[in-house]
Amino acid sequence: MAEGIKDKVAIIGMGCTRFGERWDMSSEDLMVEAYKECIEDAGVDKKDIDAAWWAALYSMQGFTGLQLSQTLKLQYLPVTHVENACASSTEALRGAAYALASNCCDMALAVGVEKLKDVGYGGLPDLKTPAEFLTMPNMSGPGVYAMMATRYFSRYGLPPDEGKRMLARVSWKTHQNGAKNPKAHLRRAVSLDDIINAPIIAWPLGLYDCCGVSDGSAAAILVRADDAKKFRKDPVYIKSLQIAAASGADMWYTDYDYTHAETGYQCGIRAYKEAGIKNPREEISMAEVHDCFSITETVTMEDLQFSPRGKVREDIESGFFDLDGGLPVQPDGGLKCFGHPIAASGIRMVYEMYKQLQGKSGDRQIKNPKLGLTHNMGGYPPWSVVGVAILGL
Amino acid sequence: MAGITSYGAYIPRYRINRMTIYGSIGFVNQATIMPGEKAVCNHDEDSLSMAVNAGVDCLTGLDRSKLDGLYFATTTASYKERLIAGIIATALDLSAEIRAADFTDAVKAGTTALLSAGDAIKSGSAKSILVCASDCRLGPAGSFQEEMYGDGAAALLLGDKKVIATLEGSYSISCDFVDHWRHEKERFNRIWEDRWVRDEGYSKFIPEAISGLMKKYNINPKDVAKVCYPCMYVRAHASIGKQLGFEPDQVQDHMFTTVGLTGTANPLMLLVAALEDAKPGDKIIVASYGNGSDAMLLEVTPEIKSIKGRKGVKNSLANKKDLPSYEKYVTFNQVLAIDIAGRGEQAVPSSSSILWRDRKKALSLVGSRCKRCGTPQFPPQHICVKPDCGAVDEMEEYRFSDRIGHIFTYTGDNLVYTPDPPELYGVIDFVGGGRSQFNLTDCDLDEVEVGMSVEMTFRKKYYDRGVTGYTWKAVPVRV
Repeated sequence: MAEGIKDKVAIIGMGCTRFGERWDMSSEDLMVEAYKECIEDAGVDKKDIDAAWWAALYSMQGFTGLQLSQTLKLQYLPVTHVENACASSTEALRGAAYALASNCCDMALAVGVEKLKDVGYGGLPDLKTPAEFLTMPNMSGPGVYAMMATRYFSRYGLPPDEGKRMLARVSWKTHQNGAKNPKAHLRRAVSLDDIINAPIIAWPLGLYDCCGVSDGSAAAILVRADDAKKFRKDPVYIKSLQIAAASGADMWYTDYDYTHAETGYQCGIRAYKEAGIKNPREEISMAEVHDCFSITETVTMEDLQFSPRGKVREDIESGFFDLDGGLPVQPDGGLKCFGHPIAASGIRMVYEMYKQLQGKSGDRQIKNPKLGLTHNMGGYPPWSVVGVAILGL
Repeated sequence: MAGITSYGAYIPRYRINRMTIYGSIGFVNQATIMPGEKAVCNHDEDSLSMAVNAGVDCLTGLDRSKLDGLYFATTTASYKERLIAGIIATALDLSAEIRAADFTDAVKAGTTALLSAGDAIKSGSAKSILVCASDCRLGPAGSFQEEMYGDGAAALLLGDKKVIATLEGSYSISCDFVDHWRHEKERFNRIWEDRWVRDEGYSKFIPEAISGLMKKYNINPKDVAKVCYPCMYVRAHASIGKQLGFEPDQVQDHMFTTVGLTGTANPLMLLVAALEDAKPGDKIIVASYGNGSDAMLLEVTPEIKSIKGRKGVKNSLANKKDLPSYEKYVTFNQVLAIDIAGRGEQAVPSSSSILWRDRKKALSLVGSRCKRCGTPQFPPQHICVKPDCGAVDEMEEYRFSDRIGHIFTYTGDNLVYTPDPPELYGVIDFVGGGRSQFNLTDCDLDEVEVGMSVEMTFRKKYYDRGVTGYTWKAVPVRV
């Protein structure tokens, strides 16, 4: 019988770059920036690390473990490159955690990085295989999530203006938080009217319904829970680490409603079980979820059972997810303000939970958080990989 | 008796009024004013895609496995070396065990293909041949040709059973009359002086072919129900009929002011229009034009009444949308090369081996249906997508291209590259089962709604280093 990862592994050091259009930085430069903060925070020596995982999605950053091992000059360690779309760095963290839990190494490094701003145009490059390209529409990220908003509005009878107002409130809240974070890319509060009236990117999503596009990297050093206190007094323990990949039914079978992500819902159920959580809305203190688009965060609140199905609007509009609300979501500014360098986002979210749990988040500090949840959704709703991590003291 | 057993047609939804063209660039070449509007391809259409859609119309309700030939006529082939008829046959999900051939270079190639198919049926070497003719010719911007040429396609199925119109005979003239031409190095047609083309071309070859046909088969004008032929001038068109002894109501409408000159498809589209109104016993004459003329005599049979549910010419003419902008028109036909930089240039490399392996999926829109639970699925799967089924390799082929669907959700995307933003796409649920994502075309974002009925249409999908990729898109059903 599987026991799960709860309280077997702890994070003892983390680093996160400033996210943004880092025109003067390569992915290697970004990894070094995150690593330097991480190893200093952990207070360990590089030679203590005995395994590493790094995540990057786009091939322009190179393949194999060599990109990390040669950049950091790791001496013949087992170094693995992982990719699982937007959950890539949660996947790197999972590799490190499982290796520690199985007693196959004593200290592991996980790094996520993405250098997007060398592409030459806005948004993300297409990821279709040549075989998919034969028939599938040429769809963008905003477009595939816009289809969820279209369906959500239709299912719950929201006229477009009301639906857009609900979504705008999500982005408004996150911009409030991001404005306070020196590591965020977009550090500006935005008015509700500006959000609602912004140019349409993919109907019904406008500019401010979409996250930024940026470069960044984040890193974590992990040890077994038993060893954690040897390194620091306030290690952060992994309570759950789950991945869920879609089965094809959401994409090609006609039961899927396109107003939620079944992968997100299933991944949440498994994560709560692993962490021993019965009532997520009450027990989770804060969350960093995949807000690539405002609609994504909206349905994720329902998928993770923070809000009842179809009722998230009440929680959004009452400020339940605001920094001073009952369950603050995106306290660091989210993908909305950090941008979404794909394989850096997962560990970046964990970085915020780690700092919040340690009480080091300054004017964004949430009072006495106990459990923090991170959530990434790679791909798009019916074709997605979701990662959920739950962290606590 | 050999003859036509079914018909179909395709006219692009977009029409541009000739006044829109004059209004944009004036009377730049040949100071003339032509009346009416013309049909123009959307940015994702060409002669090949239109031929497939005409073929689908023609094959409505028929067993496609019975076909043993496909002839395609065009002067605007999308490849110089690649069998276009083979692509059309695959798109129509026909057997590979057919004779397929392209008839090209002269605008009378449409009737030549029809005659050749008739001869093959008569000789017994084939039982059922689909003839598609389609053209989308270009003149330089502001030219006389640009005003005249329209886009369209026709399809006629030939066979010797359930014939709706018998092929009674033909009379052909072929000669090197160079009134219009296009060198292999050029993209646009050139044309000689219009008065010469009218008087020495249309007004001589068509009467010569038709009168030759009537003389050969001892037919008088009064024996004929409809005579069909193209012409570049409306008045000259009427004069030709008069010159041959036909009353105005015996002359099939020229469609010059609604569709334009459609090249190889032109006489066949006129024939389809005549068949739509024909009664058993009607004699129909159809003549082509271009480097000579083929004239054919047909006689309609009582089987004509069995043909139902075709879009044909009549419904296609009614299904139209005005293209109010000349700039859009020249963007659609790539006379104006708009910027595709950045996102538009990130083509996924086309692969011949993948296309061959996936030809049923990409070109025929054939998915699979689970033999255990009956669930249709696209793209085809090994393992059934129905969560409580999961049968392994118990699939049969299942074609989606001729099925109606409903829009489950959609968007209009301003980020991805398209010559006509926003790019429309959605999730389509097919009646009878099956769901997948497709582009939506021939409509605007504000026309689209959740739940709207759509049908599939064959279109261009991408261009990558000498390869035009084709597949199916969804288009709102218009009654």
